[in-house]
Amino acid sequence: MLGFVARRLLYLLPVLLAVSLLTFLIASLLPGDLAYVILGDQATPDKVAALRHDMGLDQPIWWRYLGWLGHVLVGDFGRSFRTGQTVLQAVTERLPVSFELMLLAELGALIIGIPLAIACAVRAGSAFDRFVTGTAFSMLSVPAFLSAILLIYFFAVELRWLPATGYVPFSEDPLGNLRCFVLPALTLALGEWPVLMRVLRSDMIATLQEDYIAMARAKGLKPSRILLVHALKPSSLTLVTVTGINIGRLMGGTVIVESIFALPGIGRLLLGSIYTRDLIILQGVVLCVAAGYVLLNFIVDMLYAVLDPRIRHGHA
Amino acid sequence: MATLELDIAEDVVVSPARRSRKLGLLFWAAIGWLVFVLLVAILAPVLPLPSPTDMDMLERRGPISALHWLGTDALGRDEFARLIFGARISLTVGLFAPIIGLVIGGALGLLAGYFRGRFESFVVGSMDVLLAFPPLILALAVTAYLGQSILNLTCILGVLGIPAFMRVARASTLTLARREFVIAAQALGATHARIIIRELLPNVALPLLAFFLLGVAVTIVVEGALSFLGLGVPPPISSWGSMIGEGRESLEVAPMLAFIPAIAMFLTVLSFNLVGDTLRALTDPRQGAL
Amino acid sequence: MSGPALLTIEDVVVELPTPRGNLRAVDHVDLSLGAGRTLGIVGESGCGKTMLSRAILQLLPKKAKLSGRVIFDGQDLVRLNAEALRRLRARGIAVVFQDPMTSLNPVLTIGTQLVETLQEHLELDAAAARRRSAELLAAVGIPAPEQRLSQYPHQLSGGMRQRVAIAIALSCEPKLLIADEPTTALDVTIQAQILDLLAREQRRRHMAMILITHDLGVVAGRADEVAVMYAGRVVERAPTPALFKNMHMPYTAALLAAIPKIEAAPHTPLAAIPGRPPDQTRPLKGCSFAPRCRNVGDQCLRSKPALTTAETEGHCYACFHPLKISAGVSA
Repeated sequence: MLGFVARRLLYLLPVLLAVSLLTFLIASLLPGDLAYVILGDQATPDKVAALRHDMGLDQPIWWRYLGWLGHVLVGDFGRSFRTGQTVLQAVTERLPVSFELMLLAELGALIIGIPLAIACAVRAGSAFDRFVTGTAFSMLSVPAFLSAILLIYFFAVELRWLPATGYVPFSEDPLGNLRCFVLPALTLALGEWPVLMRVLRSDMIATLQEDYIAMARAKGLKPSRILLVHALKPSSLTLVTVTGINIGRLMGGTVIVESIFALPGIGRLLLGSIYTRDLIILQGVVLCVAAGYVLLNFIVDMLYAVLDPRIRHGHA
Repeated sequence: MATLELDIAEDVVVSPARRSRKLGLLFWAAIGWLVFVLLVAILAPVLPLPSPTDMDMLERRGPISALHWLGTDALGRDEFARLIFGARISLTVGLFAPIIGLVIGGALGLLAGYFRGRFESFVVGSMDVLLAFPPLILALAVTAYLGQSILNLTCILGVLGIPAFMRVARASTLTLARREFVIAAQALGATHARIIIRELLPNVALPLLAFFLLGVAVTIVVEGALSFLGLGVPPPISSWGSMIGEGRESLEVAPMLAFIPAIAMFLTVLSFNLVGDTLRALTDPRQGAL
Repeated sequence: MSGPALLTIEDVVVELPTPRGNLRAVDHVDLSLGAGRTLGIVGESGCGKTMLSRAILQLLPKKAKLSGRVIFDGQDLVRLNAEALRRLRARGIAVVFQDPMTSLNPVLTIGTQLVETLQEHLELDAAAARRRSAELLAAVGIPAPEQRLSQYPHQLSGGMRQRVAIAIALSCEPKLLIADEPTTALDVTIQAQILDLLAREQRRRHMAMILITHDLGVVAGRADEVAVMYAGRVVERAPTPALFKNMHMPYTAALLAAIPKIEAAPHTPLAAIPGRPPDQTRPLKGCSFAPRCRNVGDQCLRSKPALTTAETEGHCYACFHPLKISAGVSA
């Protein structure tokens, strides 16, 4: 187990380094000179040159990268030249919102997906199974911004049950906070559950053919225990991986959903920095998100190992 | 990081006969819809349509009429014409971006799978870095720097697709390269180029094609998302995504303005997914063995 | 047959739908077994012996069609409702499957798999169930049972796993144990140990046992009665000593000849039965063994021989040209 963790950790470093390099290169090589953006209308060649020199933009690129990386390593991702807020402040301020959204969305997807997957696997090939798998397949073709609009139309415009936009901090009004998250989280969950359902369903079908399931039945266990303990646990390995893999998609979805429902999370920060061309914030947020994504994938790998005793004991 | 954006979901083992017959009908319906949309999009300039950009401030959010088949939008533009011209944009980006991914990713995967060694490690490693970014966020960031244009958008989405195509091509090549006909060709002294082009490429092409169709579906969705956020194609050009984005503003008074392009997009994406998935199931060796 | 029957199988037919048509895996089988007795069921792979055991256990694949009666302890299992059947399992009928690599759940500890059975059927609290589990592991010859309880199946060898599977099967003191090729997947060196363990526990608990195997040698010293199956049918049934003294079916004799003999000279060719078992989706009109039989006659190809009783008590066979010679094999 320790060797496994060490190996994965060792692989993590070069990936993180490369991610930082790519983030830096996107920001530095692509057109869109920071000095022009900051100076805006007043940009004269003299002023631009002076600002470029002040900001170190006239130095060789590898030197600038090392300097930037040095700052990043001590937690200094830069500071917005528009609001004066540091990237770290801005990100930590908004992180809880995005986290809550993703957590609720994934939870929602699991709550919808797992029971359906089990029900389908038990009656594989039945009309119910074909209906659910068909629905899941169609749902895969519904992008988040589409389901968001449908949900807003039905629950906010027509029925007026839930707010279409807005945000209340959890500390002020926990229930109101959750109400704000219902539609955004449901939007993301609607895109997630088909993926989870399909994976778990096919794994469950395979598991239900196993000898140890026949054994569990021969032992006279209750059907619920056979399904939920004997079949679900060994079938959930791929589910965990897929849940992890989907975090990347979920992060993309978060941007859209936060924008539609006006939730002050990382996604809105990112979009705002693009709209206002606040390039330092943009660079910092992209780096944070990518690093977070890499780390999350690492955690998912570890979780996988915890679930499967064969990997845990180094038999895989 | 084992990350693949497109779903390579395992599929069902329901009784094969019923499945193929059932999918058969849907499959042809999907093909029909795609052909229809493609034809309409290509022929849009010569079709007798009102201009998609002419505004008529007297007839904003107008109802369905003989003149305006699907009514007019918030600026009095003909919704039906905009839908068809929007299809042109969505399909252009949706088809050309995956072609970039297909060509570059496919070539890299083929070479990596055939030559193995350091080249393979390098290719796989660099793709892992690209995959370390949530794709939509990388697309957003790069568009922010490059500026919004159809060309930029296509290139960005194309590059983002490279890792996935590389994986598919490499995986197929790895299994193929061990097969008898490749070994036989090597034994006969065929050059690398000849083996890759004559022996491997034709066999890798079909799985790649199936994956290409799934890639088109994903690209249309991502382009839609970017345009929806106002960060995709620049106005006054509108893709389905931007139309849905504009329709959102008047969801309370005229929900149809968002729903119509939404339905068009859903049907198109669903059709690409359906056709791609059917082809993938056909080319999947595990199921082909049945 | 002594005493009242614990298990009676009457006219059991199992059909499995396949893409090529219905496969009749078990074809009108009648058997019975008294309490504390051992019945050996012998046949090649695919002869229907496993399907028969699954039919007794009511664990057939969902698509399989079962007809006939399986009467256990006075109840017809075929008509029993799911809940009553569930309560009967483990305490009434228990099973040991062929491959201990696949019959234990890989992600649950040995302890969990034992304790859950005990708690399901016997009213034991967690601590008592755990104590009982350790005792059971000790009884089937697993050293350091306390520690084993928290281990996973993959941490044990194949023989140890089969011992665990036997401990699970014995946990609720079943009246009948079905051992479905319990040693086929194990190393030869362990096979005898496992069989002896089963025999010892059976005697101790006065438990009936059905021992399913493809190896006549396995049932020789261990079963009270032997049923030989071929193509879904019982083709010969006899008390074990009678069978080995005087086997009537050419198929049984061929099975016996197929066992390699330790006293044979090196490089003696193995005596395989020529040909393959018939395609059970296309039943033959005549005797199913006819295409492979040395004594085949015209009648064998025209009609199926019925199971008839021989002069010896309890000895039945289904053959038009039975072997009359004494096989004279002392197994």
